[in-house]
Amino acid sequence: MVQDATVKTHVKTTINGELVEFLVEPYRSLLEALRDVLGMTGTKEGCNDGNCGACTVNLDGRIVDSCLVLAAEVNGKQLNTIEGMATPEGLHPLQQTFLEEAALQCGICTPGFLVAAKALLEKEPHPSEDSIRFWLAGNLCRCTGYDKIVRAVQKAAETPSKGSK
Amino acid sequence: MVATDKQPEYKVLGTRPIRPDGVDKVTGRAQYGADVRLPGMVYGTVLRSPHAHARIKSIDTSKAEKLPGVLAVITGANMPIAESKDVEAGEEVANYRDDSNRVMAHDKAGFKGQPVAAVAALDMNTALEAAKLIAVDYEVLRPAINVDEAMASDAPIILEYLVGDHLGEDVPNTNIAKHARHIFGDVDAGFKEASVVVEREFQLSTVHQGYIEPQNATAFWNNDGQLTIWTSTQGAFWVRTSVAGILMVPTSHIKVVPMEIGGGFGGKIGVYLEPLAALLSKKCGRPVKMQMDRKSVFEATGPAPAGKVKVKVGVDAKGKITAATADVRYEAGAFPGASIGPAAGCIFAPYKVENTYIDTYDVVVNKSKSAAYRAPGAPQVAFAMESLVDEIAEKLGMDPLEFRLLNASQEGDRRADGPKFPRIGNIEVLQAAQASPHWQSKLEHNPSNGKLRGRGIASGFWFNGGMKSSVNINVTTDGTVTLVEGSTDIGGSRASISMQAAEVLGLRMEDVHAYVADTNSVGYNDVTGGSRTTNTSGLAAYNAAQKVVTTMTARAAKLWDVKVEELQFEDGAFSSKSDPELKLTFKELATKLDQTGGPVGETGSAVGVSGAGGFGTHIVDVEVDPETGKVDVLRYTSVQDAGKAIHPSYVEGQMQGGAAQGIGWALNEEYVMSGDGAMENATFLDYRMPTAYDLPMIEAIIVEVPNPFHPFGVRGVGETPIVPALAAVANAVHDATGARFPQLPIKPGRILESLAAKNGS
Repeated sequence: MVQDATVKTHVKTTINGELVEFLVEPYRSLLEALRDVLGMTGTKEGCNDGNCGACTVNLDGRIVDSCLVLAAEVNGKQLNTIEGMATPEGLHPLQQTFLEEAALQCGICTPGFLVAAKALLEKEPHPSEDSIRFWLAGNLCRCTGYDKIVRAVQKAAETPSKGSK
Repeated sequence: MVATDKQPEYKVLGTRPIRPDGVDKVTGRAQYGADVRLPGMVYGTVLRSPHAHARIKSIDTSKAEKLPGVLAVITGANMPIAESKDVEAGEEVANYRDDSNRVMAHDKAGFKGQPVAAVAALDMNTALEAAKLIAVDYEVLRPAINVDEAMASDAPIILEYLVGDHLGEDVPNTNIAKHARHIFGDVDAGFKEASVVVEREFQLSTVHQGYIEPQNATAFWNNDGQLTIWTSTQGAFWVRTSVAGILMVPTSHIKVVPMEIGGGFGGKIGVYLEPLAALLSKKCGRPVKMQMDRKSVFEATGPAPAGKVKVKVGVDAKGKITAATADVRYEAGAFPGASIGPAAGCIFAPYKVENTYIDTYDVVVNKSKSAAYRAPGAPQVAFAMESLVDEIAEKLGMDPLEFRLLNASQEGDRRADGPKFPRIGNIEVLQAAQASPHWQSKLEHNPSNGKLRGRGIASGFWFNGGMKSSVNINVTTDGTVTLVEGSTDIGGSRASISMQAAEVLGLRMEDVHAYVADTNSVGYNDVTGGSRTTNTSGLAAYNAAQKVVTTMTARAAKLWDVKVEELQFEDGAFSSKSDPELKLTFKELATKLDQTGGPVGETGSAVGVSGAGGFGTHIVDVEVDPETGKVDVLRYTSVQDAGKAIHPSYVEGQMQGGAAQGIGWALNEEYVMSGDGAMENATFLDYRMPTAYDLPMIEAIIVEVPNPFHPFGVRGVGETPIVPALAAVANAVHDATGARFPQLPIKPGRILESLAAKNGS
């Protein structure tokens, strides 16, 4: 091996409320750790340089591009990904309104948009169209022209929360 | 919605159910190509040419092969010499020999980023390290990176084996792969009748589809010779055909599993990594997964062709077009195949023109081979023609929409590439645009913020792909059905296909469970492309559902011991025409299949009819900042004939998405090329696609003029939405600034130059 496998870093973190431990090379990104080490492939890779937002996750209450975060950095932190958005009781209101409003076509950018939009609604429960567009400007979608995504977020903001996380 | 021809009352069509694959896609559970994980899987990567044009003198892979963890290394020497044969590839024409060279350079690199070697290793980092250890000795050659350079008399010959087809004559030693001409009527006579003749030349830059998911492929070549490929593709069956042709193995030895696909827009028809992953797997005996990085996607997959379009149009005193000519020169990239045919078919399609003359050139240049991009070839020529039409209408003092209505093509008129139009909705679309709230509203051209506002309008046409589809429907004993299809679902086609089956069967869409199957599990299906899927795979589903009804009717007849002719199927129930006692719903009869002969499953096949096509007209308001040259899109309306909108939300989605791509093409997007053929902006930061903050809501007005070749009247809707957008934006910027923009993109620098020239500074 080119890299010495013995120098993997031990990471202990909380993902979607569950304690997770894994070993990872120190140079690997959080995106690689999620997808390749943990098999959590809901977080998508679009560019691997922080420009498309497909890999957006929530790290200690802040949305980040997981391709720009080192896996080792999440040690001791709270991480939330698309996999944690729905509960056995049902979909998150945003997931529901994305379906109802046809806010996805191919769906590859959708997990990133949902994680980002959830953070927006937690910060600003009733955002204006301008706020939604500004907040989501870090997430690229090439299919929808954003119209139905913005409408889905607006609709979710009007949906009373059913206590889903 | 504007429905002009009489429509039946539908129960399912025209409603907006939640798509069958929706929950998987909002929860992250949907499996895309890059999500494939197989036991024993290893990772592959590609070494790419750093030169746009270079002869490969030698490749030394010995150091890479010795690196611990490396399992296989391949180069062009491992590629079989594939047959030179043109084959239909959905929206494109492919040639196995070209494709073999394109996916792995044999002895010459024709574009920067062309693969020259590939490596499989236990992990990706080892593969990347190994690729660095491969030594390639290049003889760098002078490149030709645009049509002018490639058509110059002293141009370097890029593809030495190419024999050009110049108006039917074989011509060696050329970069012009094809020169085709379309003539109707007498343009000289037509121009003599004209009182106004305008000729302009337009220039297009290279742009990319910009799908968010990079190309990927995972392959396993088993010891029994069976090759399985998991990939994100618009056409699993085309991948099978193409890989079989490139690797020279029987089609029957290959199974392609279509994973969910993260956008394509035409760019995921051709194969890139699939043959390489297959060869690496054959060599190392393990599944090999490969994925492109974004830079390679930009540099080495198929962008839309750049080029030049010259248009000349004559108009008589009444405003009628008397003649039109065009000269279209598109960059094919390093291998032939630019979309010049569709360009000729689309350029004058919105107009009735008796006298037309079109020259088209498919020109090989040192860039990655161009690919289909949403209405391939049409947006470029529509930009030229619709900009010119706007200028002519202005010269005549005519309203640009009235000018289009006066000259609009309709049923019986002939396209400039030959075929006559069947029933089309061009006029109805223009009328709906005219009646729209947007067109009826007033625009304040000089708002108090010191900016300049303008409104633009443009029209466009795209065909209806047609091609072949096959669908299986199996009846479940609970009264639902499964629908097995072979069309990749890029934007909701599971819904639009299963809704058509549900309509026939009298079921809800939710009772039709749609699956996209691998190439061993369903009959042949052409690509998801060409605006054909909802039309033709929908037609196959319609045919399969009709056969299910026929078979189920026979089962009811058997059950009741009556003649089939005495029975009918209405509103989801089988009943006797004479005996009111004899009635069973689809669901009830489905529970009795065991008593009447066993399971029911039927196959429906279809060859779609091309030609009915769809027209669109776009209206856009922009605001130009004269200080910075920045253009903001304030309001946008897209009007389009969908024939019959099966699921209106996804039709609107196509219209909105196409408009957004067109706005990007008009204002921002381009490959910034260095003189030696390198793309200098190969990231999403520098290749600037529109974000949510760049766009307004996009109003979609669906017109429904049923397609006479489809039982539900469906027209293709996927591609028309991008066609008018470029010129609509350019015309709006003209309305705001008074300047014409014959070159895309209309970036701030160009606007400031135009404003400065106008102000004489």
